[in-house]
Amino acid sequence: MNDLADGYVTADGRQIGPVVMEMKNITLRFGGVEAIKDISFDIRQGEIRAIIGPNGAGKSSMLNVISGFYVPQDGEVWYQGSRRPPMKPYEVAQQGIARTFQNIALFEGMTVLDNVMTGRLTNMKTGMLWQSIWKGKAEREETENREVAEKIIDFLEIQAIRKTPVSRLSYGLKKRVELARALAAEPSILLLDEPMAGMNVEEKEDMSRFILDVNDEFGTTIALIEHDMGVVMDLSDRVVVMDYGKKIGDGTPHEVRNNQDVIDAYLGVAHD
Amino acid sequence: MFYREAGDFSTSYPEDSQTFPIKFDRYRYYLVLFIAIVVIPFFINDYWVNSLFLPFLIYAIAAIGLNILVGYCGQVSLGTGGFMAVGAYACYKLMTSFPDVSMVILVLLSGLITALVGVIFGLPSLRIKGFYLAVATLAAQFFLVWLFNRVPWFYNYSASGQISAPERTFFGIEITGPNTQAWATYLFCLMFVIASAYVARNLTRGSMGRKWMAIRDMDIAAEIIGVNPLRAKLTAFAVSSFFIGISGALFFAIYLGAVEVGEVFGIQKSFLVLFMIIIGGLGSIFGSFAGAAFLVLLPVALKIVGVDWLDWPTDIVAHLQLVIVGGLIIVFLIAEPHGLAQLWRVAKEKLRLWPFPH
Repeated sequence: MNDLADGYVTADGRQIGPVVMEMKNITLRFGGVEAIKDISFDIRQGEIRAIIGPNGAGKSSMLNVISGFYVPQDGEVWYQGSRRPPMKPYEVAQQGIARTFQNIALFEGMTVLDNVMTGRLTNMKTGMLWQSIWKGKAEREETENREVAEKIIDFLEIQAIRKTPVSRLSYGLKKRVELARALAAEPSILLLDEPMAGMNVEEKEDMSRFILDVNDEFGTTIALIEHDMGVVMDLSDRVVVMDYGKKIGDGTPHEVRNNQDVIDAYLGVAHD
Repeated sequence: MFYREAGDFSTSYPEDSQTFPIKFDRYRYYLVLFIAIVVIPFFINDYWVNSLFLPFLIYAIAAIGLNILVGYCGQVSLGTGGFMAVGAYACYKLMTSFPDVSMVILVLLSGLITALVGVIFGLPSLRIKGFYLAVATLAAQFFLVWLFNRVPWFYNYSASGQISAPERTFFGIEITGPNTQAWATYLFCLMFVIASAYVARNLTRGSMGRKWMAIRDMDIAAEIIGVNPLRAKLTAFAVSSFFIGISGALFFAIYLGAVEVGEVFGIQKSFLVLFMIIIGGLGSIFGSFAGAAFLVLLPVALKIVGVDWLDWPTDIVAHLQLVIVGGLIIVFLIAEPHGLAQLWRVAKEKLRLWPFPH
C-alpha cells in the first residue's frame, strides 16, 4: 500500500497524503565513522513516521540531517517536490520544519509565553524602525501572533504557567513547552527527538495524546524518534528501523514487528 | 496594600503586554516623568547638574546600550569606551563641519556612525563567544583610542590633541560651550534618555528582543526556530553601539565640553559601564538606570559622608570607593546575578501580597 502515489486511508480513517519529504541515499560520515550509511526513506503528508533503533544507530543524526545541522556527504533531501540545496538550520525552519530536542533546548531566561512566541519569529517581519515605535504595525503584529501562540498554549493546557520563567518548570512541563514552541511555528513537518524520554507513564500518556491530537487537528506531519516500543507501535503509521547507521526495516508497525532483522537487532542474535 | 493587581483586568493582548500592567506602577511612572521634566529643571543648579544629573542621564543611555548587547543578546563587550569615543569624535567632526545643522540631528548621526563601527567590530562574534569575544572587543577599545590619538584629522589638527565643543544652540538656547544654563543641558539630555529608554523597551519586548534573548539563552535552539544568528548578533551590536554613540556624543558635547580621548574614553569607562549593568541588572532597562544611578551617586555620597562629615582624607575616600564597588560586583555576581533590578522585582512581588501574604 505504500506505493500509492497520492496517499491512502489508514485503518482508523485518517487521510495520508502524498510524499512530502524524501531522503535519497543519505550517507553521513564523521571522520572515519559512518553514522548513516546509504539510507533512503520517505515521509508522507499527514502521517506519523517513527524512526527507531538501538542506541548509536544514527537516529538523531538523521533528524539533524533533516533539520540542517549536518550536511550529508552523499545523498539528496527532497522536500515538497524539489531537491533541497544544503542550507542552514534557520533556513530549514523558515521552510516550515520545526523540531524539539532530546535534551530540552528551551530559552531558560524567558517566560513560557515568550518561549512560545519565539516559535512565531519566522512569521514576524516588521522592521526595526516600526518596532522601536511599537504603536501601530509592531503592536498589531504582536497581537496577531499572540493569538496564535495562545491557541497553542490552550491546546497543550499550559495556560496557568504562561508567565512563569521556564527555569522554574518541571521536566515534563518543559517538554510540553518545547512542543508548544515548535507547534507555534505552524510547521508542515514536526520533528520530535525522543519526546517521551525520562517521563513516567502518565506523562507519556499525556504526551502521546498531544501528539495524536496535533496530528489530528492541525494535520501536521510528524517524524519522531522514540525508544518506548509500546508508544511507537501505537502511535505511528510507518516505522523506519535503523541499526549501526543502516536501515534494516521500513513499514507499518505490524510489518516491522515481524521483521527478522529487527528482531535480531533488538533481541540480539547468536553468533556462531 | 496600594500595590496590587486585584480589580485590574486586562481584556486584550495589547493591554496584557504593556510595560506597566499594574495601575499603581503606571501612575508612579507618570509621576517620575512629571517630576523629571517639570519639577527638577526649576530646582537644579550647576553643581547638581554636573556632579549628578548629567552623568546619570548620559551613563544611563550608555548602560541601556550595553545592556542590549550583554544583557539581552549575551555578547560580552569591553569596547564601550571606544564606542563612546567614536560617538564623541563623530559629533565633534559633524559639529565643526556642519555648524548650522541642529544638534539633535548631529547627535543622532553620531549614533548611526557608531552603530556602523559597532557592526564592524561585532563581526568576530559570529565565530567566537564569551570570554574570547570580550578580548576581541578589548582590541576595539584600544584600537579606537589609538586611532583618535594618532590621526590628527579627527581632532582637526589642534595643537593640544584635544577636541572641544564649539558653542551651539537648540531653539535659541545655548546647550554647548561655557555659557550654558543648568536646566537647558539637563533637559536636552533628558530628552535623549526618555527616547532611548522608550525605543530600547520596544525593541526588547518585541520580536527583535526575543531573537536576541534566544541567541543569549541557547544559540542552537534559536537557529532551529528560524533565527539567523548572524543578523541577530549584528543588529544587537548595531543598536547597542547606536545608544553608546549617542551617550558618547552627549558626554563630550554637553557634559565635558573638551575631551582628551585616552583619559576620558579609556578602558576604565568600558569597565564602569559594564559594572553599571552588572550591579543594575543584566537584561533589564530599569536595571540600566538603577546601575547608572548607583555608580554616579556612590562617589558623591561617599564624598559627602567621608570628607564633609567625617573629615577623612580625600584619597582614602577615593580608595574606599574602589573597594566598595569591587566588593559589590563580587557580591552581586554571586548572590544576585540579575542585580538591583531583580531585587526590585522581588520587592514588588512581595508588595503585591503585602500585608497578607497568605
